[in-house]
Amino acid sequence: MGDLIINVGPQHPSTHGVLHLVITLNGETVKKVEPHLGYIHRSIEKMCESLTYRQFIYVTSRMDYLSSHINNHACALIVEKGLQIEVPQRAQYIRVLLDELTRIASHQLWWGAMAMDVGAITPFFHAFREREVINDIMEQTCGARLTMNFMVPGGCMYDIHPDFVKSVKDFMAFFRSKLSEYDEMVTNNPIFQARMKDVGVISKENAISYGCSGPVARAAGVVCDVRKLSPYDVYSQVNFEEALETEGDCFARYKVRMKEMNESMRIIDQLIDNIPEGDFQAKTKAVLKLPKGDYYTNVETARGDFGVYIVSEGATTPYRIKFRSPGFCNLSALDHMTRGSKIGDLVAIMGSLDLVIPDIDR
Amino acid sequence: MDVKTQDPRATFPGEVHPTPGGGILVSKLDDVINWARSNSLWPLVFGTSCCAIEMMSTASAKYDWSRFGFEVARATPRQADVIIIAGTIVNKMAPVLKRLYDQMPDPKYVVAMGACATSGGPFFYNTYSVVKGADHVIPVDVYVAGCPPRPEALLHALISLQAKVKAGK
Amino acid sequence: MIQEKLLSICPAAVFEENTQWPTMNIDSAEWRKLAEALKNENDLAFDYLFCVTCVDWKTHLTMVYHLSSTLHRHTIVVKAKIADRNNAIIDSVYNIWATAELNEREAYDLFGVHFTNHPDLRRLFLSEDWVGFPLRKDYEDPINMIKL
Repeated sequence: MGDLIINVGPQHPSTHGVLHLVITLNGETVKKVEPHLGYIHRSIEKMCESLTYRQFIYVTSRMDYLSSHINNHACALIVEKGLQIEVPQRAQYIRVLLDELTRIASHQLWWGAMAMDVGAITPFFHAFREREVINDIMEQTCGARLTMNFMVPGGCMYDIHPDFVKSVKDFMAFFRSKLSEYDEMVTNNPIFQARMKDVGVISKENAISYGCSGPVARAAGVVCDVRKLSPYDVYSQVNFEEALETEGDCFARYKVRMKEMNESMRIIDQLIDNIPEGDFQAKTKAVLKLPKGDYYTNVETARGDFGVYIVSEGATTPYRIKFRSPGFCNLSALDHMTRGSKIGDLVAIMGSLDLVIPDIDR
Repeated sequence: MDVKTQDPRATFPGEVHPTPGGGILVSKLDDVINWARSNSLWPLVFGTSCCAIEMMSTASAKYDWSRFGFEVARATPRQADVIIIAGTIVNKMAPVLKRLYDQMPDPKYVVAMGACATSGGPFFYNTYSVVKGADHVIPVDVYVAGCPPRPEALLHALISLQAKVKAGK
Repeated sequence: MIQEKLLSICPAAVFEENTQWPTMNIDSAEWRKLAEALKNENDLAFDYLFCVTCVDWKTHLTMVYHLSSTLHRHTIVVKAKIADRNNAIIDSVYNIWATAELNEREAYDLFGVHFTNHPDLRRLFLSEDWVGFPLRKDYEDPINMIKL
């Protein structure tokens, strides 16, 4: 019996975005998975070569749109590093709070979409209900629900809304009760566990070799949280644990992300009552020019290690800018993880990798 | 006996305007059919980038579009009525979009959601791979502005589309 | 400390001053040998290749590799200069770091750098029949690119 080659996508309900996979099957067993990318390649890196150092930040919101604050944070950090700008404490607290709220919102959407891929439609609506509360908080402070460019080199664009602290505390109280509900509904469900355990296993050495980062690598036991290894803003002053598991399968990735949501709540609790008074933005020059040289900075988005590399020639626009996206390297491990499993497992593995395709294609 | 049939229109004192599409019975039936069609348009699952998340928000519990009839989102274009282009269309994706549009059966409608699908949006200048507007590829009925548009804006666009279908276009 | 070790492996390397991480400039012909040493030597142990870029300097191209070690927690940057723009060739390192496979396809697609011994060097983001390498500085595309 010969091999069957089928296409999944680009338009498909379970590829999270436009991912085209060419799968070689022998019966129902997957022999090879080859991703075809480029269906949302918007030439961002070329475009940024003609945008100034304040203008290119909005574009990164649209790359990994579920962690839009965190991407903007990375861009603001690299410009501040190049120009040696000191960010006021109040702005640092606000940035970290918004980052952690974004991480919770992103993991919520991942949870809803993952459950929908595996076959349960209900958690999708639960997840979006929680996301709507966070979106309302974001809209009150930043003005937008999804792609907010709120971080600028030097701090935040505006101060937080007077109701911000109260809204976040209300959300924390509401959300804590929901997480235990999720555990009952999905995590302890025997069908869910049977579909996720021992599926898509990747070992620690392979995870490092494939350049995986974020929850995918942490589920295999790699210590790689950028917030711990090279802390930025106030991450060095908060107590939180890195979520590590050892099995490297889909269920381990699931547990890592659930634990990360808990740790994000812990960080928010430590910071929300102690926001210091002061400026929300440092004074910067009107025209920003990075001195000649290379700069690299990375942050921990909901997907992994997002890096920005700028080569500057001293002009107002970067000479070359490269965005190191976490999804690109996580996707390269998909073929390795899927060999030998059934095609139903492919969907579960893709869901557990939490890919956002515009992040990969840039 | 020679029965001379006289055309009543020749001696009629007023003016006669023919109703398009037929007489009173057929046009009333058309109205009922258009009303039924507009209240059960089934969208195709097609989201390329960020606007897809706002489309999913519109589908979920807070801004629910299924109260307007868009309940069943089909994965296959053969069973869908309306395609909501949520996201940027790039050169590599344009033939795929055209093929999906061709696979949809008539009558079909297109909603271009967001700035990228309307005109290229934030990716208009200095990009070599973005199609500057989905209407370069397929004909669009409703355009929605925003980056991304709020769920209420998308609902307003869908209601305008329903008004367009009810009017018989 | 690592600078001496690296100079002993690759004597022709030139280190840059005042950079965030130790940055070495080498010629593209020495990349493969250096890469194997970086991965396999016990006190270097660079097993995490996290960023592969290409920069177009108008007269020549440069491949930039950012490497880090999960064991010793140090990071270096290697810049390999490719002198000939029209015939840009460098060795592939896909069998040392598995992440290089897709990253090198991206560099080929956008810059036209050819990687020897790469198992599957094809275009990644652009369609197969695209002419030209868009991220090069001399790329002109009057049809698609609308300049501000």
